[in-house]
Amino acid sequence: MKPRLKVLWLQGVTCNGNTHSFLNYPHLLYVLETFEFLYHSLLPSTYTLEEISTCVHECDILIFEGAYDPRMERVGTSLETLVGHYGSHAKYVIAAGSCASFGGMFKHSDPEHITGLGFDEKEPKGPFASSPKLINLSGCPMHPEWMGYTLRMIADNKPIAVDELHRPKELYSYLAHHGCTRNEYFEWKVDSDHFGTKEGCLFYKQGCRGPMTHASCNKILWNDVSSKTRAGSPCFGCTEPDFPRTNMFETKTNMSIPQDVPVGISKRSYLTMAGIAKSFHIPRLEKRLIDDNT
Amino acid sequence: MKNIPEKPATTKKEDRKTSIMQTALKLFSTEGFYTTTMPAIALKLGMSVGNFYNYFSSKDQLAKELMLYISTILGEKLKEINMSDASVKEKVTMIVHMYFSIARERPELIEYFLRVFLSNREIFTKECTGMVCVSGFVTELMLFFDEGVQSGELKDQDFFSALGLFMGYLGGMVFLNGEEVLTKPLNEYETAIAENIYNALRKQ
Repeated sequence: MKPRLKVLWLQGVTCNGNTHSFLNYPHLLYVLETFEFLYHSLLPSTYTLEEISTCVHECDILIFEGAYDPRMERVGTSLETLVGHYGSHAKYVIAAGSCASFGGMFKHSDPEHITGLGFDEKEPKGPFASSPKLINLSGCPMHPEWMGYTLRMIADNKPIAVDELHRPKELYSYLAHHGCTRNEYFEWKVDSDHFGTKEGCLFYKQGCRGPMTHASCNKILWNDVSSKTRAGSPCFGCTEPDFPRTNMFETKTNMSIPQDVPVGISKRSYLTMAGIAKSFHIPRLEKRLIDDNT
Repeated sequence: MKNIPEKPATTKKEDRKTSIMQTALKLFSTEGFYTTTMPAIALKLGMSVGNFYNYFSSKDQLAKELMLYISTILGEKLKEINMSDASVKEKVTMIVHMYFSIARERPELIEYFLRVFLSNREIFTKECTGMVCVSGFVTELMLFFDEGVQSGELKDQDFFSALGLFMGYLGGMVFLNGEEVLTKPLNEYETAIAENIYNALRKQ
């Protein structure tokens, strides 16, 4: 029988969100059968954190959750030492979530010292800057299927192509906009005035970053059911290096003109198209999808 | 002797179409939209009425294409200003100068906008609704305002409040000039008007 690959899941400055997200992975049993967890804070593990902190073991895959602060200690051993030791022996280093990838939310508490494992926002920085070992699964939290995909590819010894931010292309070449059920409202510039409704586009007023965010949330649905935008909440762009921004429930505009437009499209082209589309009134799109009164 | 290559048929047709539009613009803006007939435009061009309809199937279609034509011309000129390295304040002056220069050199362009497009909305409600026929020009104004706010020079406000202030002011002055009630030539108002517009739009 092929020996199981050894996984170590370490945590830095974190809220445990990625751990909790991963517990929703429908094929968790497959993961536990295929990999040996040397340590995970919630899953059955071979060693205690105290034993891991001695740095006498080795892993094949280091998964790191949370922002990286080299000075932070786990059972008396600094993250710099822990990540240095286990990362140098591992074949793959996976940053689970946006904090581990780019610094994310927790970077803001100490921007000078806290980074991701290989990036400080979009600038290469940290112990695995420019390392070919590094795979970033950004997101707040990352989608459990994204971790599942990555581990399965590693288990099957298949190559994982990554983008310039070390995110798997298979997962992050898409935009959160792709597959959004509100796309027709986006095309005809019909706004949504409220959260939680089925109708209207959230891009114009509610701060939706779907057209600027690399993520497959509307292709690989959450819990196989839905996504933020499908449920009526804007995409916050949580997979991008500039997350979190401020005023995330508002679309930044300059004289009513959106400051940011869909990725790769010039503002001149976008405004031309948007202005014309907005000129037409489509009664079907201005009504409720399901009208309780008829 | 070298043979001079003939223009392709499509280019010839486009040239002819442009010359029809220029003539139509002059007639519509001086004689009025409803009093100018398709045969009258054809006559002015020395064309048969039948041939004229090969270019424009109806008067409404001609009216719509004229507005697109004007918006494209103004939009291209505004784009040149937007793409320049000038400051926002300088660009306000350049836009005012550009608009008044066109009003002086090609008055039919502005007159058509003011006296036909804005005054006869019933002609334009179907295919020329909203931004459809003026997007070339309005898009460039949007980009100008967007840049102005991003640079911190202009106050962030509703787009149409700013648009009305800027273009309403310019259009009003050209209208008054056309009515011959101004006491000075239009170009002599440029500096004061540019300053007024900039002061009204700038961040306080």
